[in-house]
Parts: sequence; C-alpha cells; structure tokens
Amino acid sequence: MTKRARSDLAWLAFAAALAFLPAIGLVGPGFGSHVLVQILLTAAMAQAWNLVGGYAGQVSYGHSVFFGIGAYGAALAVCELESTPWPGALAGAALAAVVAVLIGLPTFKLKGHYFAIATFALVEVANRLFMMWDAVGGALGLDYPILKDSLANFTWSKSKVGYYYGALAIALLVFGLVRRLERARFGFYLRAVREGQDTAESLGVDSSRVKLAAMALSAALSALCGSFFAQYNYRVDPGMVMSLDMSMRFVLVAILGGIGSFAGPLLGAAVLVPLQEYSRAYLAKLGPGVDLVIFGLVIVLMMEFQPKGILGILESARAALRRGRGER
Amino acid sequence: MSLLEVRGVTMKFGELAANRDVSFDVEAGTIAGLIGPNGAGKTTLFNCVAGYYRPSAGSIRFDGREIAGLPPHAVARLGLARTFQIVRPLKEMSCLENVMVGAFLRTASPKEAREVAERCLASCFLADFAGRIAGGLTIGNKKRLEIARALATGPKLLLLDEAMAGLTSTEVREMVEVVRSLRSGGLTVLMVEHIMEAIIPIADRIVVLHHGEKIAAGVPAAVVRDPAVVAAYLGGKYAKKLGEAGAGGRP
Repeated sequence: MTKRARSDLAWLAFAAALAFLPAIGLVGPGFGSHVLVQILLTAAMAQAWNLVGGYAGQVSYGHSVFFGIGAYGAALAVCELESTPWPGALAGAALAAVVAVLIGLPTFKLKGHYFAIATFALVEVANRLFMMWDAVGGALGLDYPILKDSLANFTWSKSKVGYYYGALAIALLVFGLVRRLERARFGFYLRAVREGQDTAESLGVDSSRVKLAAMALSAALSALCGSFFAQYNYRVDPGMVMSLDMSMRFVLVAILGGIGSFAGPLLGAAVLVPLQEYSRAYLAKLGPGVDLVIFGLVIVLMMEFQPKGILGILESARAALRRGRGER
Repeated sequence: MSLLEVRGVTMKFGELAANRDVSFDVEAGTIAGLIGPNGAGKTTLFNCVAGYYRPSAGSIRFDGREIAGLPPHAVARLGLARTFQIVRPLKEMSCLENVMVGAFLRTASPKEAREVAERCLASCFLADFAGRIAGGLTIGNKKRLEIARALATGPKLLLLDEAMAGLTSTEVREMVEVVRSLRSGGLTVLMVEHIMEAIIPIADRIVVLHHGEKIAAGVPAAVVRDPAVVAAYLGGKYAKKLGEAGAGGRP
C-alpha cells in the first residue's frame, strides 16, 4: 500500500471514530459538546479558507463576508420566508461564490497585496451595508422563531447530537473535497500558482482562472459553514458574522495549524477553539477580551518559533524522535 | 511556412526601444540561436514571443497563428514552451511535481501526468531527483528542471532563455547533450545565449541582436566572421585592428 493510501485510511478511520462519539455518550447537551461542535465547524471554515489562502497562496481577509452571506441566507429563509433553512443555505453558497468572483476578477489580475487589501475592504463595506439594511434586520439582526426539532428545520433543542452530526458532515464535505483536489490537476495548479505565477503561466496554467475557481469554491464552502452557524446560534447579526474578528478566525486557525497543509486546519481548530472557549468561560471575570489576549499571544509565539504551525512542531518532533532512535 | 515567423517586432518601454523592427524565422526541426551582447534585447524579444510582453508593433506568427499579445498560458497551450533565464522552480514542490504541472497541460489524469513527467525528468538526467524538493537543487539541476518542465507541456517549439549561463563547464556539456537529444527527437528549439561557445556548435542558424536591432543572421560559421558581429562583441576599434592585421574574426 502506498503512503498516500495508508494516510487516506487513517483519516477515514478517524472520521468513523468521530461519527461514533455520540453513540458512546460522549456528545450530549453539555459545554464539552459545544466545544466539539465548534472545533468541527472551525476546522471546516479554516480548511475552506486554506483552499485559497493556503494552497493557492492568496491570503483573504474577507471570508467572514461569505460566511455572513451563508448565515443570512439560512436566517432569511427561516425568519422572513418561513421556509426551512436549506434553500437559503444553498442560495447563500451560490451568492457567496458570485461575490467572490466579483472581488477576484479585478484584483487577481494585479500582483502583490491588492487582493488581500480588497478583501479587507469588502468586510467593512458588507458590515456597514448589513447594519443599515432594514430588510435583513439591520444592526439588530434576525432572531429565529421557536421551531420543532427536526432535520428539515435543522433545529435540535434538547441535545447537541444533531448539530454535532451537522458540523461533522460539513467538515467531512470540506476536508473530503480538499483531499480529492489535492492530488488532482486543480490541486497541482493551485500550488503552482502559489509557488510562482509566471512559472505556472509558462506551463499553460491560466492563473487568474485557477484563482477565481478556488475563490468561488472556498467562498461557497464558507457560506455553508455560515448557514450552520446561524442555525446553531439561532440568530444572526452583522457583528457576529461579518466582522474582521470572524475573518481572522478563518485566517489564524489555518496559520496556527499549518498553512497550505491538509491536517493544519484541523490541528489549529483542535488547539485554538478549546483554548478560546475555556478561557472565555473561566477567565471572563478577569475582564472582557481575555480570551483574545491569549489567542493573540499564542499566534505571536507561533510565528516567532514555528511559522509552519502546529504541523511544523509535530514534524520536527517526529524528526527528533527518529534521530533519537538512531534512524537517519 | 516557418514554424515561427517574427516580423517587424518593436518593443518600447516608454521612449526606450528594447527591440526595433526585428524579423526572423525559425524552421521546424532546427535549433536556432538568438545571440548578442548584454543588453542587446534578447530576453525582451523572447518575452514578446512567449506572451509575457505585448509588442508595441509587429507580428509574431506561430504555426500559422498570430500570437502577439496572447497571454503566456495561451501561448503555452498552442505548443510554445519556455524556460526562464533566472531559474524559477516551484520551490516547495518536488521535482516530479514541478514537471507534472507541465504535463497536466495535455492530460487531466494524474497517472498519465506522472508518467510523462518521469520520462521528461529522465531525458534531462534528473530521474534520481524526482522526489527532491526543487528549491534545494544545484543550479545545474535547476536549469535542467526548467527544461524538463517545459518539455512536459508537449511543445512544438521550445524557447530556452540562457540555459547555459552560470553553469560549470561539465554542466554546459550536459546541457548541450540535452539540447542535441531534443532536436533528434524532432523538437524545434530557439535558444537565447550570450556565451558564443555554447551555441555555435549546436545551432543551425543564428540571429544576432545589437542595441535591439538585428545586425546579422545566417549559419553560425558565417555569422561569427561578420564584421558587424565582431564589432558588436569586441568593439569597433578592435574589430578594425583585427581586419587590418588580416587575422579574421575567428571567435
């Protein structure tokens, strides 16, 4: 069996183990289950971002906008149209892809940091727009009505198991897709564009198109995560979804875990989310924003000592172990 | 009809004309050399052909199609592949992956791309380096990686931009061998060089640029004796002295 196939099997086994957690009573109504759901959702978000920010090397600070479009899509379907959230989630994903292409079209033609700057501006524009837009609830946002627990309503009031499986499904979708793309032509093209756009072009790679496709896919997946987020919180407002804070969540988790790697987003989420959730829960009495201070500190230390993220730490630990055992 | 027909190409950067009214042909199945002293406009002309610059005037026809102004990826798709003078490996990818990116131009199947890439690596003496990260290769290997990658795109015409520059004499010999084997495989090659010794033995025809203009063209033996070429390389005064001494312009 090749190394790659072995690693595929290991990931599948890991996914199966995650699917069994509720069956053995590890997922219920408690805070631990909330953290698990957040880890899965955040890993999916970071992996969606990783597609364009990591593999294609185009750092976007605008993913909270796509996330927000997805969140509002689901929320509007439920609160205003009185339907299930599903059509709203799909429409949100499609709209997010369109917005991503509209941002990418003018900025991807330019080299350098124009794309990053444009995405930064996008967040501010979208935030203000949604704040003032009464049809989507303005600054107050949208509050969900009380609905019956069901998959159609994507609502479970008594236990987190439904949400857990929902987050797991999204994570599997995003990670599975990236896994497939990694070894396909598109995955090679993404990395080629990151490593050298002129080189990629010389080999027949239409770099703008590759970046646009990555961006559209990444945005649509981020929007699905956003729909889940609205369902999970049972409300949405501009500050909680379309903000630089939320954008940084996409970026930092991927960077902390290991940018441009498959396992990185999951590692980043598995470390950062518990750190954030528990510090928020237990250190809140020290004042607001303590969790963010810790968050920032971890990032600074990581950038200083291991820019390749947690994955980099694991790799060097493994190399050290091997040396210790006297292999190569 | 020649495979590549360059007609009256002028490339201006502001008021500076890096190329002025340059015309030449490259016949299918030959090795053509584009030479000239530093700053003669070789790389600029090369970038016009490969789609990196849109010429200010003139026409470039490849395989019967006008390609002036097409983006590089479209030019590559038509069968015109280039290497870079300053090597540009996809640093964090392995040599095999570098070459596979090229191979993916003609197939979407990773398995086929891998096979093509392995063949191209072997033909550039890089088979042993397939799994190595490209950023860590020596300069000689990086130069040959450039060629392997371009070859993998299945080109009709290969543009080599100073493939010999900066190589040790052993590496130059290896490179000459690679280029010769390409021609015997039926590929057409256009090489930009400023090292005369590297190109004279292998080129079928040579075009000489000086100050952005074509000053000579023809078979290598004739071109190197051309007084205008000698003057361009060695300076007018020295060329005149050579002529007076009757020593000829032997390179």
